Amino acid sequence: MATSLLEVADLACRRGGRKVFERLSFSLAAGEMLTLMGRNGSGKTTLLRALALLVRPEVGMIHWQGVDVRAEPEAWRGRIAWLGHLEGLKGDLSVAENLLSAERLRGVPSAEDRLDSALVAFDLSSLAARAVRTLSAGQRRRTALARVVLAQAPLWLLDEPLNALDVPAQAAFRAALEKHLAAGGLAIAATHANLGVAGRMLELSRQT
Amino acid sequence: MSGFAALVSRDLRLVWRRPGDVAVVLAFFVVATTLFPLGIGPEANVLARIASGVLWCAALFAALLSLDRLFAADFEDGTLDLLLLAPWPLELAALAKCGAHWIVTGLPLALLAPFLGVAFGLDRDSLLALAATLLVGTPTLSLIGGLAAALTLGARKSGALLALLALPLCVPTLIFGAGAVEALATGGDFGAHLAVLAALALVALATTPWAIAAALRQAGE
Amino acid sequence: MADLHFLANPARFRRFSQRVLPSLAFATALMLLVGLYMALIQSPPDYQQGDTVRIMFVHVPSAWLAMAGYALLAGLGAALLIWRHPLAALMARASAPVGAGFCAVCLLTGSLWGRPMWGAYWVWDARLTSMLLLFFLYLGHIALSRAYDEPERGDRAAAILALIGVVNLPIIKFSVDWWNTLHQPASVARLGGPSIHPSILIPLLWMAVTLFMLFVLLVLLRTDTEIDRRRLENAEQQA
Repeated sequence: MATSLLEVADLACRRGGRKVFERLSFSLAAGEMLTLMGRNGSGKTTLLRALALLVRPEVGMIHWQGVDVRAEPEAWRGRIAWLGHLEGLKGDLSVAENLLSAERLRGVPSAEDRLDSALVAFDLSSLAARAVRTLSAGQRRRTALARVVLAQAPLWLLDEPLNALDVPAQAAFRAALEKHLAAGGLAIAATHANLGVAGRMLELSRQT
Repeated sequence: MSGFAALVSRDLRLVWRRPGDVAVVLAFFVVATTLFPLGIGPEANVLARIASGVLWCAALFAALLSLDRLFAADFEDGTLDLLLLAPWPLELAALAKCGAHWIVTGLPLALLAPFLGVAFGLDRDSLLALAATLLVGTPTLSLIGGLAAALTLGARKSGALLALLALPLCVPTLIFGAGAVEALATGGDFGAHLAVLAALALVALATTPWAIAAALRQAGE
Repeated sequence: MADLHFLANPARFRRFSQRVLPSLAFATALMLLVGLYMALIQSPPDYQQGDTVRIMFVHVPSAWLAMAGYALLAGLGAALLIWRHPLAALMARASAPVGAGFCAVCLLTGSLWGRPMWGAYWVWDARLTSMLLLFFLYLGHIALSRAYDEPERGDRAAAILALIGVVNLPIIKFSVDWWNTLHQPASVARLGGPSIHPSILIPLLWMAVTLFMLFVLLVLLRTDTEIDRRRLENAEQQA
């Protein structure tokens, strides 16, 4: 068995006096994928945000290669490619500008040479110069997914990645995800649809 | 550092795409200052006496009006999460946002104010002094206002609340900004006022980015 | 997580406050009766200010408590942000209106005192103006802590505000003093000076202790209420 890169143990989160989840443990090795299942309000989004350190967990540990990620939060953030339920795109900027500016915000000064392949992967080449505010919901989601691919980060955290995607776009997403995993990447996705990618499953049940 | 520059240039580009937003703030500044002579009367010596205070107050209100959207836009479209996840300090991102705000608001206000000062009958030295105090003082307004904007992110009635939070904290800057111009006219120590104004800006620079970052983090939770 | 302090746990705080509250309330009432006798009847009128000097027995301690109250807010804010103390948030929520209340009392008594002494209910005196700005800071804190649908977010935002506010308070005080000396030559009468006669000092200190006890009493009472309120809200959420 491959050694696990990401180890999560005994994680618990609380929102507004209510326990969202507790005693959550799992580990992921290179090339592995974890699908978070569960009903609305079961804490899938909170778990993703806790893994990204956007939400402070009440207790528990998150280790990357055996080191507590909270010891070096900036390095940890650099390892994450994030897709939230909001796309994180600026309506007044074009598709290409959005992707490049997101990369620059990650501290990567030039991603121009990689831009084309990310655009092609999600069939966005013809839309590259269009302002995002003129795009449809599915086209925006594809742009956000292209941003995830462009980030070249080892860990993808995806919240409902298939939202608003049509069948060809879903296939494009699956292809990109499989390529990421094959290259040794990790992915954790919250979804209530079947992603159609082999991987492990974690069912979150509502705590009372 | 490249992330910092990228954020400033992204925000400037966004403003450039919608120049109307800045134009409205500057128009408010002009209209608001014009109301004072209409309300008080056109007596030249009275207007010259209150000019620095009126222009400073109007600049303060104009700056606050434009701060409402500083972080709210990023909060609503999800780009705030990208800032929170950027692999460099969030404090620098806070500083970049406030810096970009100052470039598109504080700077034009400072450049516009002397022209309005002419209408109040200020002499040449006072006009230059007014522009100088606004140049040194408006960064503090952008930082304190940025903090208020970050604290009210996602709150009910955020616009009025933002003003309630920011205005008392802006009082020292207002006192020394308007006071400096008056000091010049009445033979006081203009340099000392300007020095205190710069010191206030440095205090804001040293304290607000941390507070803004903390406010943004808790908004992200 | 282990409790850092025995008061950290709201339930334990409840048991503590319920034991302390009745005797504290009784003691405060007793102190107040004696204090009012000393301040209103026993102490002599001032040779310059006459009977209006008696306003000072409430005005001055209120000013102290208003300032101490804001420092308390900042301390509780730090406790909340650094240690995530659950009680600190509730206590800050409980004490902000109490501090604002003492600040308002200070402003009102100041203006009542000002009418006979200065001939106007409001004079832009440096101390009064600083107090007014402190009152605005309190208002901001109260409004911010109640501006969110999620009370925890309001607690944390208000905590950050209190910390920034306490840093800015001396700066505001300094700039208002500067502004005041520029615009108004220091001609206004002030209580104090190098020596206060014991006949005035003793009732003043007595009232200060009494109002401090009242402050603590109100904060404890209101914290109890906040604990109940938060429990109810959580129970509603769970249901």
